[in-house]
Amino acid sequence: MAIDIDTARKVAKLARIRVEEADLPKLAGQLSGILGFMEQLNEVDVSGVEPMTSVTPMRLKRRKDEVTDGNIQAQVLKNAPDAREGFFAVPKVVE
Amino acid sequence: MSANTWTIAAARDALRKGEISAVDLTMSCLTAIDAGDDLNAFVHKTPEIALEQARAADAKLKAGNAAAMCGIPLGIKDLFCTKGVPSQAASNILKGFKPEYEATVTTKLFDAGAVMLGKLNMDEFAMGSSNETSAYGNAVSPWRRKGSEVALTPGGSSGGSAAAVAADLCLAATGTDTGGSIRQPAAFTGIVGIKPTYGRVSRWGIVAFASSLDQAGPMTKSVRDAAIMLQAMAGHDPKDSTSADLPVPDFEAALTGDIRGKVIGIPKEYRMDGMPAEIEALWAQGIEMLKDAGAEVRDISLPHTKYALPAYYVIAPAEASSNLARYDGVRYGHRAKLTAGDGITEMYEKTRAEGFGAEVQRRIMVGTYVLSAGFYDAYYNRARKVRALIKRDFETVFADGVDAILTPATPSAAFGLGEMADADPVKMYLNDVFTVTVNLAGLPGISVPVGLDAQGLPLGLQLIGRPWEEDALLNYAHVLESRAGFVAKAEKWW
Repeated sequence: MAIDIDTARKVAKLARIRVEEADLPKLAGQLSGILGFMEQLNEVDVSGVEPMTSVTPMRLKRRKDEVTDGNIQAQVLKNAPDAREGFFAVPKVVE
Repeated sequence: MSANTWTIAAARDALRKGEISAVDLTMSCLTAIDAGDDLNAFVHKTPEIALEQARAADAKLKAGNAAAMCGIPLGIKDLFCTKGVPSQAASNILKGFKPEYEATVTTKLFDAGAVMLGKLNMDEFAMGSSNETSAYGNAVSPWRRKGSEVALTPGGSSGGSAAAVAADLCLAATGTDTGGSIRQPAAFTGIVGIKPTYGRVSRWGIVAFASSLDQAGPMTKSVRDAAIMLQAMAGHDPKDSTSADLPVPDFEAALTGDIRGKVIGIPKEYRMDGMPAEIEALWAQGIEMLKDAGAEVRDISLPHTKYALPAYYVIAPAEASSNLARYDGVRYGHRAKLTAGDGITEMYEKTRAEGFGAEVQRRIMVGTYVLSAGFYDAYYNRARKVRALIKRDFETVFADGVDAILTPATPSAAFGLGEMADADPVKMYLNDVFTVTVNLAGLPGISVPVGLDAQGLPLGLQLIGRPWEEDALLNYAHVLESRAGFVAKAEKWW
């Protein structure tokens, strides 16, 4: 299925990646190429096949619901581009 | 021979006998690293940490309770979070990120006494097959075509690891493999690389690309070294719920060289149209070597092979788009400069546009598309069904008595850096054609250097094993390695 410019714009928006208008045609072309390559999958008879959820048949382990660490606020915030008063700081979200 | 050229096995023995100290061994690598800047393999050097770890290793060796990896100098792929040391997955979006914690794999290696020389170049977020998507610039292969000075790719995504090991900047390196990222660069540079069974090695602390496919493994100068290093990396980790709570076999002890009566499958679907004659010939040689060692060689069919690449390029980007949603400019790494009036959405969009390179952006958007409402069933669910069929192909041949499968590792020898620049993205994806099935099926796979092409470049073969039987797989690889007798090294130009 060919991706048009509107779809490319929408995908970029969903992915939260800014793409300039001038770059959308090239992006649409590349996405179309990649998705065209995936069309081969339509040749496969998948009736009655369950989609794979886990490559090894295993039951995910559950850990005990208990506190194992904490009190590491400084470490948690250490790599933040903007941390203030013990919080991550972001632009105003609510007016 | 200078100590940086040694194998892990040789260094282990020399260290234990006191013939060399871990500090001297480490120094020889640090010297080689500084002389190897043209390869752009080490992107963050950590000589102080290395020497401190080497001194600690010497103390342990003196005390006589040293593990096999004690005092062994390693390079660590940039995808591994290493405490206090830049770990940015070769991406600008993680520029300046210094983890406050240590990945399980590196913790295990360091607990065993291994020495970290620094962080290694790679494709951004491990998305690439040539190391050309790295924010650090290309890693360069130590290998060149005969009579040529054209810079070649060391492969990818673990390109820095491959270049560093092949050029003897370190004794071995960690790699990760989502679609072939250990095995393809190993084949391109004439070294050994194993991707273990999914769940054999903890993923905790490794920057996630596609969580159902990612596995870490060693990249080494010999099969024995791969066995020794994998031993130190493997094992159950409560911090990774997909890591298997199974006993880890003694990998080195499995290297008996006896494969008599074992059945090696040769899948006809891997004989592709347009495959270079040299690859075909190499494969035939490999078959003869295993036969000569007493194995029974059997033609097999893995009928869904053709659909592995398109399935992979739905599943991996889908998982990546979800995993990489965390890079939002809030908790770590890069945040774009905002202009007046920009809200949080603009912050996300500008940060991610500036921080991610073109290939990563493309894959995130492909993943976003195949997961979006209306396309989820047509692409993502269909790919997961095809994945189940690909796995079933392998299960069928294993149930029929096949012990391992022999294939080429790559469809060609290493290509020149920039040679694929104008190709469409799908052409680059074809590099993974022989390796990607193994990730989709969660199996162990190993690349072994077997010969040189007419231009003097290394070519490798891949062996695929049964799940959880890396021990047997390493033994088959060991036999192939001994028979092939690959000893070529890149001629030093750097």
